[in-house]
Amino acid sequence: MTVNKYKINTKNIVAWFGKTRALKGVTLDVPEKQVVAIIGPSGCGKSTFLRSLNRMHEVAGGTIEGTVLLDGVDAYGIDPVVLRRRVGMVFQKPNPFPTMSIFDNVAAGLRLNGIRDRKRLAGVVEKSLRQAALWDEVKDVLDKSGVSLSGGQQQRLCIARTLAVSPEVILMDEPASALDPIATARIEELIHELKKEYTIVIVTHNMQQAARVSDLTAFLYLGELIEYDATTKIFTTPGNKQTEDYITGRFG
Amino acid sequence: MRPGFNHSWRKFKNGGMISLSVLSVLVAVIPLFLIFFYTLSRGISSVNMDFFTRMPKPVGETGGGMANALAGTGILVGLGCLFGLPIGVMAGIYLAEFGNNRFGMVVRFMTDVMSGIPSIVIGVVAYILVVLPMGHFSALAGGVALALLMIPTVTRTTEEMLKLVPHAYREAALALGVQQWKASLRVILPAAMKGITTGLLLAIARAAGETAPLLFTALGNRFWSTSINEPIASLTVIIYDYAKAPFDDWNRQAWAAAFVLIALIFIVNLVFRYFAREKYGRI
Repeated sequence: MTVNKYKINTKNIVAWFGKTRALKGVTLDVPEKQVVAIIGPSGCGKSTFLRSLNRMHEVAGGTIEGTVLLDGVDAYGIDPVVLRRRVGMVFQKPNPFPTMSIFDNVAAGLRLNGIRDRKRLAGVVEKSLRQAALWDEVKDVLDKSGVSLSGGQQQRLCIARTLAVSPEVILMDEPASALDPIATARIEELIHELKKEYTIVIVTHNMQQAARVSDLTAFLYLGELIEYDATTKIFTTPGNKQTEDYITGRFG
Repeated sequence: MRPGFNHSWRKFKNGGMISLSVLSVLVAVIPLFLIFFYTLSRGISSVNMDFFTRMPKPVGETGGGMANALAGTGILVGLGCLFGLPIGVMAGIYLAEFGNNRFGMVVRFMTDVMSGIPSIVIGVVAYILVVLPMGHFSALAGGVALALLMIPTVTRTTEEMLKLVPHAYREAALALGVQQWKASLRVILPAAMKGITTGLLLAIARAAGETAPLLFTALGNRFWSTSINEPIASLTVIIYDYAKAPFDDWNRQAWAAAFVLIALIFIVNLVFRYFAREKYGRI
């Protein structure tokens, strides 16, 4: 596998929730415009790792040690608000804003940052909804509530909302775990499309999903990075016994 | 057979509990209806156009109206809202969003204590704060008294309603690169708006029905005044004055004023609820 450039470098990340150490020194580099899947059993620190990348970990009251570099610049040295515009996030449960229409949901990120030009907003909303493969389904009902959509549509709406602020990296925290297989397949297709333009880090419980969507896979266990390699290698000839046990379903 | 598995005994218990609940509801609601219908029957006969458009007549003459008191109550409640609602809502936002510290705990405790303070004491506070420095009674002082009365209720309901908004929305907003205060004001607050409106209504209704804090702040006024610098009439104070007066005509007018006050609060409630209804159904 050839890597032109790393988008994110992390070095020795230790994450704390009070006195609990959720991550015990994770070093992992994310190449640009590729999909990195993070797998591991519940409570292994996958989500915490993801949230350390856009500093959402500290919103929940956690603290981080170690370094996170975005394009070589310390992510903890810049304003978290600016960082989060560059590193977007899609959550496990679809969470469109309940008081907003479909249009307003997608436009929210721009509007809340002071952009009012209706024409520009309309353009961004359409582009983002197209990118999220939702445009054709909602183009006639843009003023309907975001929560009136089905679960799968809501999740694509949330992806569109994330895309609208034109991030460089998209973090996905089990984006399909609350969806049925068809909606899941659509999200996975979407990830394939999106990686042409965006760097994606996805946490998933579903190993087939990791195998299908990602270029690289990291296996975390009890807060430690056990193995990180090309997805094909991890799923065919893992270098570590624990990884092999996990992906073959012997534990976890 | 063990009692827990006895079908008819279980049904009996269930029926008993339901009957008790229904009974409690009746006991709670009956006084409300009694008040409403008694006031209605005593007051309605004196409610006519004159009541709304005329000024009080001098002692001894019958007839006249309460136009000044109606306007006065409107101005007093308006002033109370003007001072009380923004402070209360902002304080509630502070407590919900940033109040997880010692200062927040102290503020929360003080607010709870404040909401239990008798309203006459609030009146004394407003007297000291506004009437003494100004040197005379005024609508402004009355408005401040009502605001002081409203702030604790508004603060605590705003906080409680904001806390009910699922954390996921806050996270979604923050993850979009939105500053925390903007997320609170533009995402979290609208989602909690229905509950907050209810809280505001309760506070406004309570303020509109208060007499004690107005007695030595707004004082009352037998003449037309809309100046916030002058003493001003209000329905509640006029009810108090007219009800204890030895004139039948005044007593009748007091009943009418009571009925109008209840009806007004009722209408304001309905109108508010209509405008605050959720745009997209339940969350």
